[in-house]
Amino acid sequence: MSSVAAQSTVVSSVTADELLLPAFTLWWREVVRFYRQRARVVGVIASPVLFWLVIGSGFGTSFRSGGSGENQHYLDYFYPGALIMIVLFTSIFTMMSVIEDRKEGFLLSVMVAPVSRSAIVLGKVLGGTTLSTIQGLIFLLFAPLVGVHIGLGSFLLVALTVFLVSFALTALGFAIAWPMDSNQAFHAIINLFLIPMWMLSGALFPLSHASEWLRVLMRINPLTYGVEALRDLLYPASQGEFSLQASMATLVLFSLFMFGLAFLMVNRRTTKPAA
Amino acid sequence: MSAIALVGDVPREESANSAVIAVRDVVHNYEGRAALNGVSFEVRPAELFGLLGPNGSGKTTLFRILSTLMVPVGGRAFILGHDAAKDPSQLRREIGVVFQAQSIDVKLTAEENLWHQGHLYGLHGWALQGRIKEILGRVGLSDRAKDKAETFSGGMQRRLELAKGLLHGPRVLLLDEPTTGLDPGARRDLWQYLQILRDEERVTVLVTTHLMEEAERCDRLAILNEGKLVALGTPAELKNEIGGDVIVLEAKDAASLSGKIRQRFGIEVQVVDEQVRIERRNGHRFVTDLVEGFPGEINGVSIAKPSLEDVFIRRTGHRFWSELDRDHSADAETRRKPAKASK
Repeated sequence: MSSVAAQSTVVSSVTADELLLPAFTLWWREVVRFYRQRARVVGVIASPVLFWLVIGSGFGTSFRSGGSGENQHYLDYFYPGALIMIVLFTSIFTMMSVIEDRKEGFLLSVMVAPVSRSAIVLGKVLGGTTLSTIQGLIFLLFAPLVGVHIGLGSFLLVALTVFLVSFALTALGFAIAWPMDSNQAFHAIINLFLIPMWMLSGALFPLSHASEWLRVLMRINPLTYGVEALRDLLYPASQGEFSLQASMATLVLFSLFMFGLAFLMVNRRTTKPAA
Repeated sequence: MSAIALVGDVPREESANSAVIAVRDVVHNYEGRAALNGVSFEVRPAELFGLLGPNGSGKTTLFRILSTLMVPVGGRAFILGHDAAKDPSQLRREIGVVFQAQSIDVKLTAEENLWHQGHLYGLHGWALQGRIKEILGRVGLSDRAKDKAETFSGGMQRRLELAKGLLHGPRVLLLDEPTTGLDPGARRDLWQYLQILRDEERVTVLVTTHLMEEAERCDRLAILNEGKLVALGTPAELKNEIGGDVIVLEAKDAASLSGKIRQRFGIEVQVVDEQVRIERRNGHRFVTDLVEGFPGEINGVSIAKPSLEDVFIRRTGHRFWSELDRDHSADAETRRKPAKASK
């Protein structure tokens, strides 16, 4: 009953003071904090680049990509997948800060301030989204190495795709991290759920090569549409499984769904310790 | 008394009257384990009010309820007339909260921490900048405004926490064990500052503590034990109810000695942790009688003016257990342990 009452106050009293300014300041803190920890910045860029170079070179030309029919070097094929990986790592690891904030008193001090809970989701999720979008776009500097030269229009669409995937994954990370009290549990979820989700997104191998049941899994995996959209944009010659429009629309839905989930998590008010 | 009149839904004004904080029959439990068992008290305007209790007494639970982090299972808590469970957003504007855990972001500078905090409270622009300058001056951190908080000492970080809690000029300040981890000098500074706040700004301060010497500095105290209020009053009032002195006897067999004393003198005698405790006016004379009356049975005698710990023991029948950290009560704890082991 009290949670219903709490939710109605949340909805009725949302003003700029309670939503936008707090959301802005939480976003700002997320970004500043990230770039003040050099090791995090390097780690989140370097590990996918290493992954990309090692795996990509390892498979070399022995790999035949599905659609185009001609041999594509695996480094080229794997490039959009590596980009998604950067986004995944940045988004998810950034939201680990939710658990850290909770362990320390930081989150407590936000929760006792007169800010709507939605501001907390909005600020944190947009903060993480900003970071992973930037990290993802930095990786685009390598694009000429795989023979990709895109125009401004395509670049903007790539940026939009990266933004949508970042947003959805950050919101997902937020929703996972919010009820948790240990980093270990969060790592377990990443290994059990998020890494496999990335593997089955067409990042490593195309849908057309997969067995029937894997294809089903890949088709219901929202990340597949992110990888597909990027591949469409970066290699217009390749024939993707889905049209660009369908992929983008799926990503928008995915983002909205994940944000809604995060929003619901944060607006629960209970008799249990809130933090 | 007024708690009886307040059963049911009561308009805000009535419950507010003179009390700044009103706690009424608050009950809480964590998955069936009782944490608060019907606690009621009031805090008056511009009062430095202490919530004293050992770990697990329920004071942190009560603190969470008052600071709107948690909804109690039963009863109600008001601050300035706002119900903590039903009207959290109004209440949050009125209070400043300082947590035991570190709430500042050490990767940000002192100033940045306060900008962030100000934005959460709807302050911005020049007004906020002026306020930040003022508050940093008040807590003595002006010259470190541009330094990251991770370079601060423990005492400075606490002062920044306090600045955070006071930034929006709240009329009520809630602090949860604010001196945890501070050296004695920094502790004294913090308490002096709380007294200044009360006297000059007329801020009502509620502070939880498990340290007797901190509780002594409060205007009034509520002592909690196992989720219940065991004492309420000024430190002097509470100590005065123990008439005279407190005599503690070390004995080979505390139980039998206490029986004999009770029999011979017809007075109230407590046995706490293998020690015999007696409250007595003119204790120094009575000690002579005791030592002469029971030769060979008494190993040690101590006599002292009553302390708040004595109040606690009197009300609960056991010592004020305390976690093992660097405070005095913990020292007492560790000193007693080897003695027990040698038996």
